Amino acid sequence: MTTITDRFLGPRINPADASSRSIRYGMPGFLLLAARVLLLVSLFLPYWRMELQAPQYPDGLHMTAYLNSLTGDVAEIDGLNHYIGMRSLYEAAEIERTVGVFILIAFVVMLELAAFVHTRWAALLVAPVVFFPVVFLVDLHLWMRHFGLNLDPNAPLSNAVKPFVPTALGKGGIGQFITIATPGPGLMLATVASFVLVTALYFHRRAYLPLVKQQNSAA
Amino acid sequence: MRDVESIAKDRGLTTADLVAAAKTYLPSGQKDEYLMFASGGHAGQIFVVGLPSMRLLRSIAVFTPEPWQGWGFGVGNDILAEGFPKGKANLWGDTHHPALSETNGDYDGQFVFINDKINARVAVIDLRDWETKQIVKNPLTLSDHGGTFVTPNTEYIIEGGQYASPWGSEYVPISEYKEEYKGSVTLWKFDRNRGRIDKDQSFAIELPPYWQDLSDAGKLASDGYFFMNSLNTELATGGIQDKKPPFEAGASRNATDFLHIIDWRKAEQVFKAGKVQEIEGFPVITLKTALAEGLLHVTPEPRSPHGVDVAPKGDFIVVSGKLDPHVTIYSTDKIKKAIESKTYSGSDGFGVPILDFDSVVEARIEVGLGPLHTQFGPDGYAYTSLYLDSAVARWTMGGSYGSQTPEPDWTLVHKTPVHYNVGHIAAAEGDTVSPDGKYLVSLNKWSVDRFIQTGPLLPQNLQLIDISKQGANAPVIYDMAMGVGEPHYAQIIKADKINAWATYPEVGWDPQEQNINPMAPKPKMERVQRNSDGTVDIFMTAVRSHFNPEHIYLKQGDKVRWHITNIERAVDATHGFAVPVYNITASLEPGENVTIEFTADTPGTFPFYCSEFCSALHLEMMGYLMIEPD
Repeated sequence: MTTITDRFLGPRINPADASSRSIRYGMPGFLLLAARVLLLVSLFLPYWRMELQAPQYPDGLHMTAYLNSLTGDVAEIDGLNHYIGMRSLYEAAEIERTVGVFILIAFVVMLELAAFVHTRWAALLVAPVVFFPVVFLVDLHLWMRHFGLNLDPNAPLSNAVKPFVPTALGKGGIGQFITIATPGPGLMLATVASFVLVTALYFHRRAYLPLVKQQNSAA
Repeated sequence: MRDVESIAKDRGLTTADLVAAAKTYLPSGQKDEYLMFASGGHAGQIFVVGLPSMRLLRSIAVFTPEPWQGWGFGVGNDILAEGFPKGKANLWGDTHHPALSETNGDYDGQFVFINDKINARVAVIDLRDWETKQIVKNPLTLSDHGGTFVTPNTEYIIEGGQYASPWGSEYVPISEYKEEYKGSVTLWKFDRNRGRIDKDQSFAIELPPYWQDLSDAGKLASDGYFFMNSLNTELATGGIQDKKPPFEAGASRNATDFLHIIDWRKAEQVFKAGKVQEIEGFPVITLKTALAEGLLHVTPEPRSPHGVDVAPKGDFIVVSGKLDPHVTIYSTDKIKKAIESKTYSGSDGFGVPILDFDSVVEARIEVGLGPLHTQFGPDGYAYTSLYLDSAVARWTMGGSYGSQTPEPDWTLVHKTPVHYNVGHIAAAEGDTVSPDGKYLVSLNKWSVDRFIQTGPLLPQNLQLIDISKQGANAPVIYDMAMGVGEPHYAQIIKADKINAWATYPEVGWDPQEQNINPMAPKPKMERVQRNSDGTVDIFMTAVRSHFNPEHIYLKQGDKVRWHITNIERAVDATHGFAVPVYNITASLEPGENVTIEFTADTPGTFPFYCSEFCSALHLEMMGYLMIEPD
């Protein structure tokens, strides 16, 4: 008689197999662990950067987004943005910045759990983490789109600068500024984690699907 | 390089010209190696020039109101007022001798001080923000020339008087000159932590009524002493209108004047022991006490002396008498021995012991006509300006310096012609314990034919001389016209020794306190506040491109305190604040907070605006001050 928990967790490996086929059964757990480490490290690294270049700023203006904060020349960029009627960047993605760290920690916990789940449910725990970098970029793009398209029509430069969609990744331009948006090392680590997780799922399937089938047929 | 040849040919430039250009030209964005802090003469300011480009980088407003820096038009007025002599508003200064603060006899780049000869004042400028922080008025005298010079760790700023006058410049007929006119030197104690002169720890020493002149603090071998020239040891009182010899004759009759040798460490002890007399509310070691305590000696020096300059190791003191073609070099060691053994040749009319000239002199070198001031190189050379010859003499030092030069000791090596009538000279760190050499600036009083005719008032000519090579090779490589005042002395410091702020460290910074002003308006705190005592506080922020608030309603007679903070953090995002009729203009550098006080006595509508072209919408950065009549 299998409990719901057992059905969720799937078949256990007998210890002899675990040691004799350590790569086969160790690989999924190892990769999930690697992804967790990558995500945890990414917490402390910038996820996104934007540099603004203009003649009167020889060193450029720099803005760095971490999961939970915006740093750099934000006040100066805000000051410039007020001319075109853009809202303060501090008002962007406030919820995301508040919960970002907790979500990432939740992800780490989910991956921890996934290491014990030997059924297809593991994919459900891993999938949100896999798509996290994409979701981050889409969210960033939507915020920038929202800010860029909703300029204050009464702003000083409303005649000169029409609503626009700032570039979330790559080179863009506005007024005398060239903008260069690049992913930060945090986002890169999260992306690497995504690939690691896809690989982990492959190894997971290879290791546990036969066991699940075996169990099902036994039942 | 073919291009260079063709341009040189077209413009008639010699190879030497091209070399000079190559030595001094700075492409856009490259920065100077040295900064020269030059007195501004009648401008009452300090001018800062970059070397080797000889570009004027900044003026620093000191004794004279200056609108661009917003000095004396609502901001800095209280500091200027500290220096008003006898309570009268004097709004110019005659700045002569800047002194950079020193640590162990070397410039430390923290502060610069400067004297005002016309009213005997000393100012303190902080080199973090290059603003004047303090002006002190000397209570004893109305003119100074022997300042400012600092002791090796900036313990004291020396301010020697110039024209003898009655204490506090009270009325006394000149017939009582010998009895009632006084010479003096003041030692202002500098509190480095506060960045201010501590008047309570400062004192003066009474000197005979000679006209004390330039001075220099001893260092290393001569640490603890300072040296001060004098003229009019004849006690001439002039009177050309009564057919008496004019000052120019009477005051230069004797073959020699007196070099004052003052033991300031001992004087400090005497002051701390309370052996002083309060004169004009200021502690003075009287001449009588100074003599009893052995603080003061003199020794003869060539008449009408100008410069007295202490060699890098402190072991020699170089004096030039304007009317004597020699530089006279005194030995610190010999002076100390003569003081010890009381080797006197007599005493002056006031009982000051005169050290025997021959016992203290090390060497005399004939350098040319009208020698004035001496600076030092790192390589055993010394340089003396020759006013009448219009030249700068290079000569070799002896003693332990001598081995560094190919020429024999104490010899004239070369004279570089300058244009014209050189006063002071300044070599890179050339009056410190470790001169840098490389560059020397000749601060010429006359330019005559060097520049395009600018009417009958001509600019001074500051000539840069390359002193990096030995021997008879010290060419002029740049002429800088200075058309805004007459620099006297200057000091040249390695630029990287100064850690100037690019912006004020935090928003709401009060430059007077060098700290955050908790009262400084910040965003969302802008308001006009009418207080119960009838005064009005305006809390305003400035940022590209608006003031907030923009409408200010006042009532005639309101006493107003207008607080403004520039909340910018970008380098160079300075805003001005200018109000018509009320004679107000302020410069608000990024982060700066100022408070301007005035009485709204004239009703009307006054558009105020930002007077720095701060942004594309600079013209729109304005507001209306509306003062309702009674």
